Amino acid sequence: MDQMNLSLAIPEIALALFACAFLIADSVTKGRILPILHNIVVLFCIGLGVYCLAQVPTTGTELAFTNMYIADSMALALKGFSALAIAFTLIVGANYAKDHDMFKGELHALVLFTLLGQMVMISANNLLLVYLGVELLSLSLYAAVAMQRDNVRATEASMKYFVLGALASGFLLYGMSMIYGATGSLNHSDIAFAATAAVSGEKSIIFIFGIVFLVAGLAFKLGVVPFHMWVPDVYEGSPSIATLLISGAPKLAAFAMLMRLLVDGLFVMAFDWQNMLMVLAIASLAIGNLTAIAQTSLKRMLAYSTIAQMGFMLLGFLSGVTGQDTGNAAQAYSSAMFYSITYVLTTLGTFGVIMVMSRKGFEVEKISDLKGLNKRAPWLALIMLLLMFSLAGIPPMVGFAAKLLVLKALLATGQVWLAVYAVMFSLVGAFYYIRIVKTMYFEAPSDETEIVMGNDARAVLGVNGLAVIVLGLLPAPLMAYCMTAIQQTLAG
Amino acid sequence: MSNNIPFLSLAIWLPIAFGVLIMALGNDKNAGMVRGAALLAALISFVVTLPLYFGFDTSTAQLQFVENLPWIEAFGASYGLGVDGLSVWFVILTALITIFVVVAAWEVITEKVAQYMAAFLILSGLMVGVFSATDGLLFYVFFEATLIPMYIIVGVWGGPNRIYAAFKFFLYTLLGSLLTLVALIYLQSQSGTFEIAAWHKLPLGMTEQILIFLAFLMAFAVKVPMWPVHTWLPDAHVEAPTGGSVVLAAIMLKLGAYGFLRFSMPIAPDASHELAGFMITLSLIAVIYIGVVALVQKDMKKLVAYSSIAHMGFVTLGFFMFQDLAVQGAIIQMISHGFVSGAMFLCIGVLYDRVHSREISAYGGVVNTMPKFAAFFLLFAMANAGLPATSGFVGEFMVILGAVKYNFWIGLLAATTLIFGAAYSLWMYKRVVFGEVANDNVKELTDVNTREFLMLGALAVLVMAMGLYPKPFTDVLQVSVDALLQHVAQSKL
Repeated sequence: MDQMNLSLAIPEIALALFACAFLIADSVTKGRILPILHNIVVLFCIGLGVYCLAQVPTTGTELAFTNMYIADSMALALKGFSALAIAFTLIVGANYAKDHDMFKGELHALVLFTLLGQMVMISANNLLLVYLGVELLSLSLYAAVAMQRDNVRATEASMKYFVLGALASGFLLYGMSMIYGATGSLNHSDIAFAATAAVSGEKSIIFIFGIVFLVAGLAFKLGVVPFHMWVPDVYEGSPSIATLLISGAPKLAAFAMLMRLLVDGLFVMAFDWQNMLMVLAIASLAIGNLTAIAQTSLKRMLAYSTIAQMGFMLLGFLSGVTGQDTGNAAQAYSSAMFYSITYVLTTLGTFGVIMVMSRKGFEVEKISDLKGLNKRAPWLALIMLLLMFSLAGIPPMVGFAAKLLVLKALLATGQVWLAVYAVMFSLVGAFYYIRIVKTMYFEAPSDETEIVMGNDARAVLGVNGLAVIVLGLLPAPLMAYCMTAIQQTLAG
Repeated sequence: MSNNIPFLSLAIWLPIAFGVLIMALGNDKNAGMVRGAALLAALISFVVTLPLYFGFDTSTAQLQFVENLPWIEAFGASYGLGVDGLSVWFVILTALITIFVVVAAWEVITEKVAQYMAAFLILSGLMVGVFSATDGLLFYVFFEATLIPMYIIVGVWGGPNRIYAAFKFFLYTLLGSLLTLVALIYLQSQSGTFEIAAWHKLPLGMTEQILIFLAFLMAFAVKVPMWPVHTWLPDAHVEAPTGGSVVLAAIMLKLGAYGFLRFSMPIAPDASHELAGFMITLSLIAVIYIGVVALVQKDMKKLVAYSSIAHMGFVTLGFFMFQDLAVQGAIIQMISHGFVSGAMFLCIGVLYDRVHSREISAYGGVVNTMPKFAAFFLLFAMANAGLPATSGFVGEFMVILGAVKYNFWIGLLAATTLIFGAAYSLWMYKRVVFGEVANDNVKELTDVNTREFLMLGALAVLVMAMGLYPKPFTDVLQVSVDALLQHVAQSKL
């Protein structure tokens, strides 16, 4: 077992080497060949994503780096989707970055390092490696938010993000140290072993405390109530491309972190952390949805919508175990995984539209900036319409399939009232999503400037919109894919 | 029979595919072509539904034209389609009404024509899907998806207060259907499948049945709409463009009533019997109270909207007396109301296109300038009042007969609809059409053109034909309604 198994970590190794090579190439040429490098980066990310996805399902769970690193189907699937999400961000965001003076080598380097951080998080089988991944991701994001040096709001957002993110990291680290104290190990499988012993004997206080801090740290990273305060401010202040970097792919890594820490490591303590997650989910659904209604800023509204959506995802995650019965675990976690993946898909499209609509000296900020989009660019408006109905969970969009899976997981464990609560807040959510549709379709444009978008951006946005509807009509393959991945992870 | 051609799939996906094409290729510069293409699409979509009637076997209550493909196997959800006597006419009606909608919009809709036509074609396919789904999840997907085009239709091409109406329509109906979703998932977790026929046989306790019945009631009562959750309908009707009102009244309201037949009654038969008194009371309130409300309306569209609610109250009344005659009458009433309310809204549309007012007081003496139109309008108003020899009479008469058999007093109360119906329909007709020419607007009115004449003429023929010879409808219904009532009579406890 104690082998290096370097070949398992090929995606990470390749990405790290590529990022370094990119940095050298860009600095040697002083940014002259950046447009070409940009294309190479995009192609590399797509290639990496396809490479990871093509390997699923793998034969089984394998470990590397003396058990610090885990490779299984779930890891590969999430890495693959993350890489594709990053490629999407770069394609759609290229024009935006140029207009906003962000199209520099640094941006690409930071983007590549966020991806590396996510991949490390996804494959970590060791508390320290989790932390390493989190920090690599977060530090790159802080810098990406602050890239426009003379933009006061972005700098403020970056500061806020940094301070609160550091606090969250502190929580996480503190929790990890307690878990280490209680179990004597940083390795997830050893922790799981020690936890089983702890449950059969007297539960140690320090163990429970450790879980509390871990969950708090995770909640910060996910941005769920009551650890959500940073989300709206950072979303609003950041340039849209940085917002997308924060709100898109990292949600997949956050889901992986939940799986690795809570399920791989602390599955026997499910009763304890499920109750904590339930409080977070219930509060997120209520506060996220109700506060989103009052927003006039588009990005703030989307931030609160994210909070609510993450709360909904947690509902799936917390219905894995009832009493001693773990029969629903695979269904529950795969519903959360499906939810996360499809959420990222819709978020990419939403911010993609926002970026395409922005131009030099003009940033889409208020909901009213979308006025009359159907007149100005019917194609964009239609995509946004599909995305909004998907977020609201209206069939046949994919958001409905995702919500259906979560509700099914909830009802399978007999939590009928939680399901009713969740659908009632979906109704509240529907209000602000269809308000966006109203703004685009029912109101006359106040700004007639032509919307310019590249053919590549047009194509990927089209693919995104199509994916939202096709995955909604035929969700079975992706569901089966998530199910296989989760079953393998649970078995390993 | 021609079982190899998937007529139901064609009836669903052809209009949707045409709609998407028209939306993708059409714009306001080639509006003429868009209109032609939309009409052609609607006609083709209608033609593919005809084999459903001509190939229909009236001797069986089994589902016919069945299609079944695996969809989401993990849930036991399948792409299952099929029609029986309860649904086949609604499939055809949906496709037929779409043609009228396209024709009615011909010169009237000048902005975003392609999107308008596409919305209605897609909506038509989705509604056919609702009527032909034999899988609960598929039903729900179609049922909910209809909200999207309708929201757009009301919001984009509607009247001055359209945004309020569109929101109210969307959120109201969503509120109802979300709880239904929970009930559907619950049924799936009990039975392991989404197949509706399997749910019919699923044994359920009384409490379960009542909760499930109420969850379904939330969705279907809002959609029908039943008193007291009807308030979205007058707003939506008034603000919607003519085509939107026609589709709403003629078909969308039937989705709810159809849901009672397909879900509530057979899945929760004991709860249906238990709550029958409650349902009958709500229905009678709709018939009488809403009938009185319709009487005092100043806006023509609002008046017809309230009259729709009263007529639909008649339908739910017919269902929950569990009488063969009454249930058949209620379904006939649904079909007839599809023609009559559609025709009423088209008539109001014809006036509105010329004068741009829906106020009754803005008219008077229309017969002097539009004699042909006045004749059509009279026929439809009579049908709305339930005059013999029109389609409106058949259903109402059957329901009243059933009601008298069930309970004399209920029958008596239900029969008041003939009085109220005549009062509000004919009084409105009198104020709008008869008398002296009221103002310059009316003086300058031009009579219906060829397009409008054909449109209203076709509907007039249908209304008369159904009133004089309802056999094609009752034949199709007979066996299916019997089977349904036998099923509902058996306790699941």
